[in-house]
Amino acid sequence: MSRQGTRLDQKKVNSELFTLTYGALVSQLMKDYENVDEVNKQLERMGYNIGIRLIEDFLARTGTGRCYDFRDTAEKIQSAFRLYLGISPQIMNWSSSGDEFSLQFDSNPLTEFVELPDHCLNLKYCNVLTGVLKGALEMVQMDIASCFVQDHLKGDPCTELRVKFIKRLEDAIPAGED
Amino acid sequence: MPAVPIADDCLFEFIHAELVNYVASSSKGDHDVSTLEYLGFCCGYRIIERLTKDWPRFKDELDTLKFMCTDFWSSIFKKQIDNLRTNHAGVYVLLDNNFRLISKMSSGNQYLEVAPRYVTFTCGLLRGALANLGIHCVVTSEIKTLPACAFHLEVRRS
Repeated sequence: MSRQGTRLDQKKVNSELFTLTYGALVSQLMKDYENVDEVNKQLERMGYNIGIRLIEDFLARTGTGRCYDFRDTAEKIQSAFRLYLGISPQIMNWSSSGDEFSLQFDSNPLTEFVELPDHCLNLKYCNVLTGVLKGALEMVQMDIASCFVQDHLKGDPCTELRVKFIKRLEDAIPAGED
Repeated sequence: MPAVPIADDCLFEFIHAELVNYVASSSKGDHDVSTLEYLGFCCGYRIIERLTKDWPRFKDELDTLKFMCTDFWSSIFKKQIDNLRTNHAGVYVLLDNNFRLISKMSSGNQYLEVAPRYVTFTCGLLRGALANLGIHCVVTSEIKTLPACAFHLEVRRS
């Protein structure tokens, strides 16, 4: 039934479908909201929802244990990017206190085939990633904040995501237990 | 590191779920799934152009449909369409007995009411892909029991 010769590359198809679906989502959000900041917020919220599920998949797949420090976390985030998006962002620009670092992306599958029109310079196209990181790390008792400080789509030489450790979340003791 | 970036399979599932969630929560009416269908259409229209650029020309409509059921379907949904039926007059029924986007929901009638919104995107995907291949059609879906789903294609000839 199927032909000989050329075959579709499954990984590539999936990656492109993901990119295009995300693109469709962003353009729909741009249509629905007049305010670009609102779009950024929505994207982050969706990322958060994805992140809290993705961490389960990540832990099940890699079998990694707890992180000993934030540097360890950074390396695991890097390996997650390799696993899910096939990219290895560089970890750099550690703050002296060791609670802040940058992820630098040379290429980003999310922004393949993407060009930002002039009127949405405030749009953080990849803002879903900040949400994913926040959601995923919250599930392993870590409160972080992250934001894009450089963006390839806006003419910067690279894309840089700044991640800041805020605090360790403590498990609340269930009521009625000592 | 592979030359082509990989997006792991589950990412598409997650983003699709968020998409459905977003459209469902923002639409006023209960049955407003046309946005989802439209988004699927856009994706399908774009992706098929890239997939088939190194592909030999399709012989006819049936050949195109076969391609959709085998190679296209298996590269996106990890399995082929289980059954393709046609009346040779422009109506096709594509049956997937274990459709990936609803396979984890239930195997029975639970969640039958919400299941359609999880296949609407795929209807659009099919319609968009075929539209770019020169076949204009209307795609509807039918779910009798989860996780099986039938896609009805009705080709518009002008």
